[in-house]
Amino acid sequence: MNLLLQTVPSSDARSQLQIRTVALIGPPNSGKTTLFNRLTKLRQKVGNYPGITVEQHTGVMALSDQEITVVDLPGVYSLNPHSEDERVAVNVLNGNMDGVPRPEAVLLVLDATSLTRHLSLAAPVIALGLPTLALLNMGDLLAKRSGSIDAVKLAGDLGIPVAIVSATMGTGLDAVSRFLQQANSPARTTLPIVQDVRECRKWAARVASESDYRPPLPPAWTRRFDDIFLHKVWGPLVFMIVVGAVFRTVFGLGQPLSNALQNLLTAIGQKVAPFIENDFLRSLLLDGIWKGVSSVLVFLPQILVLFLFVGLLEDSGYLARAALIADRTMSFVGLNGKAFIPLLSAYACAVPAIMASRTIENKRDRLATILIAPFMTCSARLPVYTLLIAAFIPERPVIGIFLESRALAMLLLYILGFAAAIGTAKILKSSVLKSTPAPFVLELPEYRWPTLRSIGLRLMDRGRVFVQQAGTVILLVSLLVWGLTNLPLHQGHPPALEDSVVAHLGHFIEPAIRPLGFNWKIGVGLLTSVVAREVIVGTLGTLYGRDPQTQSVSLQAALQHDLTFSGAMALLVFFAFAMQCTSTLAVVRRETNSWMWPVIQFIYMTGIAFLAAYMVNQTMALLH
Amino acid sequence: MRVRLSDLQPGDMAVIEDVALSEAEQQLLMRFGFFDGAEVRCSRRAPLGDPVVYSLDGSEVALRTETACRIFAWRVDGQTHEQMR
Repeated sequence: MNLLLQTVPSSDARSQLQIRTVALIGPPNSGKTTLFNRLTKLRQKVGNYPGITVEQHTGVMALSDQEITVVDLPGVYSLNPHSEDERVAVNVLNGNMDGVPRPEAVLLVLDATSLTRHLSLAAPVIALGLPTLALLNMGDLLAKRSGSIDAVKLAGDLGIPVAIVSATMGTGLDAVSRFLQQANSPARTTLPIVQDVRECRKWAARVASESDYRPPLPPAWTRRFDDIFLHKVWGPLVFMIVVGAVFRTVFGLGQPLSNALQNLLTAIGQKVAPFIENDFLRSLLLDGIWKGVSSVLVFLPQILVLFLFVGLLEDSGYLARAALIADRTMSFVGLNGKAFIPLLSAYACAVPAIMASRTIENKRDRLATILIAPFMTCSARLPVYTLLIAAFIPERPVIGIFLESRALAMLLLYILGFAAAIGTAKILKSSVLKSTPAPFVLELPEYRWPTLRSIGLRLMDRGRVFVQQAGTVILLVSLLVWGLTNLPLHQGHPPALEDSVVAHLGHFIEPAIRPLGFNWKIGVGLLTSVVAREVIVGTLGTLYGRDPQTQSVSLQAALQHDLTFSGAMALLVFFAFAMQCTSTLAVVRRETNSWMWPVIQFIYMTGIAFLAAYMVNQTMALLH
Repeated sequence: MRVRLSDLQPGDMAVIEDVALSEAEQQLLMRFGFFDGAEVRCSRRAPLGDPVVYSLDGSEVALRTETACRIFAWRVDGQTHEQMR
């Protein structure tokens, strides 16, 4: 074979070395970290390599009477310095990394259950000429799933010792101490040109087959589950049941929890109120900060319930199957199956949806998903929809007992948001976000029981991000809105709402929103609801509550009195499209790492909302 | 017989001969085990017919037909190694 040009140092040079430092290298997911923890018994340090973000893990392993430093290198597929991880690995192995002693030996960790792929890393590692021990990790799984490998033949082919181990079970690891006590340089062998990834792969495939490698089968019960979950008929059926159950639980369990939290937060506010004597301070703390922050915090239960489900589905392995089933449908709008979960999550809240989009590797697909997610009807829109529908749409049957007018209106609003999302996806994917056709590749992991620990960690993480959001951005915007409602001061007292800055702003934008059928009070509501959509309900409550004409009636009645039917419909449509959510903008900023996308998103969505509301108001006014 | 990967029926085995895709796509597919010389078994179709799940190197990976039809392979007739067990 013409590619077998490189040879490692001849066996004459083989010598026994005193090992003080050993490097642990292997592809991602080879179980390297578990092995590292085993060897060092958690006596380790975690830091960053100087100047870069790659984490440096070093530990100490006790070997009879001496201690050996173990350096855990980042997971890599090759030693071609394309990525930062690979550069780190190469530099450490060559002794060019400040603060890390040059390793005298290498432990090469390979996943025995996908050895053909993992073996290709062996070529460049062996070519370094350092004493190397290949550890075929997960050997227990290989045997259990009726795979096999002839380790003696493999050692002969590679010119280095090979041991079958299991880092999780801790079996076979005595081979490591034996190797470290008398490590030899690799025997003379033929290797492919190690810079050529393709040749390395081919070489790996050949070596694997020469060593009688039989890859394991997927576990029998995984195949049996898939016979059902990916069945022509049962598959889609189970899929729909799962989606329906998630949906129902998020609203059925999450909504009451949210309401309970709302009551709790309000009650706390009321309990604390008497203790704050200064009127101004009380208003600032309670009406300004507490109300604003709690209006967002109430979504936390729903978000956690949603993530509990997403976590269960993901960790059990079902999520990949769901993505597989959804892929065909999603491909019609130019997205792939992995966008399905974020978009489903967006029905509860766009914030977790955007965080969930991290599972989409294709950057453009991920961005498209982030940009369309806020169009889905999130639960913050529901209070607004409920209020306006109850006030303006008379209850009457549309299709017998199956559908009545209010439910139909709600359904139409859901469809409207969905259509806007799909339409936008189509536009984005056929223009600015047209992707270099990165193929859709989806690995189906085996089914397993989700662990409490991993689900718990995920919930903590998502919850923390959300609360941080509420604690920072929302806090600031709430303060701003409160300030605008309470300024300018009249003889040291806050003004009547109609004289406040925010009312002036409402009046100021009134000419712009009048064609939409909105008055200045709605305008104020639109301004304050930039914090979060449902804030408009509270704002309108305050405004109409202070108006002598509508003081004594309910908010519904006040709206009926003050707003035309076409204006109300226009307002519904406005809310279906508009980007009235600071949390979402903040999370988009964080996930895309730029202000450009949230700004574009805000202008685009609000622009569409404005146009659509205008058209609805004008046509409806004509019809009436 | 030389076939496209997308022509395989569930249960069929093949050895990949050529991945006729761009360099970047090849790199991505390689990471999942799709490269010339690799042994692949078509394991099942998604309920709507596309994508198709392939079993290779101990894992199951789904590809869309649009990708699989650009991968050429030699179909291995006779016993698959699953049947041999």
